[in-house]
Amino acid sequence: MTTLMRALCLRFAARTPPLACIDGMDHITFLVAVVIVTALAFDFTNGFHDTANAMATSIATGALKPRTAVLISGVLNVVGAFLSTEVAKTISGGIVDDTLVTPGMIFAGLVGAILWNLATWLLGLPSSSSHALFGGLIGAVWVGAGEHGVHFDKVVEKVLLPAVASPLIAGVAALIATYLAYRITARARQKTVTKGFRLGQIASASLVSLAHGTNDAQKTMGVITLTLISAGALGHDAGPPLWVIASAGLAIGLGTYLGGWRIIRTMGKGLTDIQSPQGFAAEAASTTVILTSAHLGFALSTTQVCSGGILGAGLGRRLAEVRWGTAGRMVVAWLVTLPAAALVGGLSASVVTHGGNFGIVVIALLALAVATFIVVMSRRNPVHASNVNETHEVSVRGAAPAEVGTAA
Amino acid sequence: MQLDWSALGEVAAVSTGVTVGVVVVFALGVLGLARAEAAREGDGGTDPVGLGVAGLCFLACASVVAYGIHLIVPQFH
Repeated sequence: MTTLMRALCLRFAARTPPLACIDGMDHITFLVAVVIVTALAFDFTNGFHDTANAMATSIATGALKPRTAVLISGVLNVVGAFLSTEVAKTISGGIVDDTLVTPGMIFAGLVGAILWNLATWLLGLPSSSSHALFGGLIGAVWVGAGEHGVHFDKVVEKVLLPAVASPLIAGVAALIATYLAYRITARARQKTVTKGFRLGQIASASLVSLAHGTNDAQKTMGVITLTLISAGALGHDAGPPLWVIASAGLAIGLGTYLGGWRIIRTMGKGLTDIQSPQGFAAEAASTTVILTSAHLGFALSTTQVCSGGILGAGLGRRLAEVRWGTAGRMVVAWLVTLPAAALVGGLSASVVTHGGNFGIVVIALLALAVATFIVVMSRRNPVHASNVNETHEVSVRGAAPAEVGTAA
Repeated sequence: MQLDWSALGEVAAVSTGVTVGVVVVFALGVLGLARAEAAREGDGGTDPVGLGVAGLCFLACASVVAYGIHLIVPQFH
């Protein structure tokens, strides 16, 4: 138990690096190994949860075949992971006090984020993976270190404000762009118009995928690197080792390639019946909002931006049918994401801080059981590459999976 | 807590402007292409204006995409 106590007492930035830190494997305790595996698992769910952001509209309009779309997106995510040199220097971007965070809290936060990602995937709801991660960490730090460990003003500034503003901006931009695109091409041959915008969609969807890889894989790399630093396996200001970059990139790429087909159906078919000019306008809006905000230092959710763009594009086609019921459920999921992940993160953190290694094993096994249950539930009404475009509904036949996610 | 409203406004203005610009230019390119194809199928003739407009428009869009890649890839900065 002594190694465990030591590991639990480790604080980021509170420890000077050991002189010989080349052979880092000696420092990797059970806890650190569990955090790394959990972080990669989160990265994987992040990948398949977010495939829809880049590819849902391209798949729905037939610009890309479903399998081709997820392959392109997966490869570009891996490429993006290797391209990003500015790996997150903080775990949360200042939302929690990083000096109070222990590897055990990170583990608990990641568990909260993973379970929420799986639960929303089962329901086919596009919710933010970043908010799930932030929520899990907030809950874990709140329970593990106390209320003062959470910077609530930063939560408003960095999470809530962009969450409200960014989908609105993308939506309005896509609405205007869609309206004009239909006005301009109204009298042109529809065959050429459809084909032309489909080709354009391939480019815009690829840009979203690449941007996603540089942003989201980097978060996992940051979590793993900071954990290694806190355990003394890496020097104080060390960047991520190659194996961290490679494994994080592969985890998100594989997740993306697996494809979160349930969410792809909701975003491509569920919100509105999308045509190729709308898909192009929605993706163009999402890409520009993501790039301009990243350039100006705004953190935002790719998922929310893309959903906003799709809704705007739906409205822009002469107020074409938007399924407000689906949109409403999606917005509810956005609101619930952070608190729900925080609840699971907080519960896990209390077990981990009181139960030590035993607590970690219990939480890991419980999380695995819930994850397996969710996957089994999804089999009752599976959505995959060959039936993703068939209907616009994702159903779980009479189950209540949202409660499953938070009950863990 | 201070909210950076001007940065937010900048994001809104730039995003909307670029999105609408790119989509309108792309739509004009598609329109040009559609006219050229219609002319070819109609009387077998060519529509150099349509093709030229399409080419220019798609080139403009391609350069915006290139700038987007430039922004995404940190090695280019």
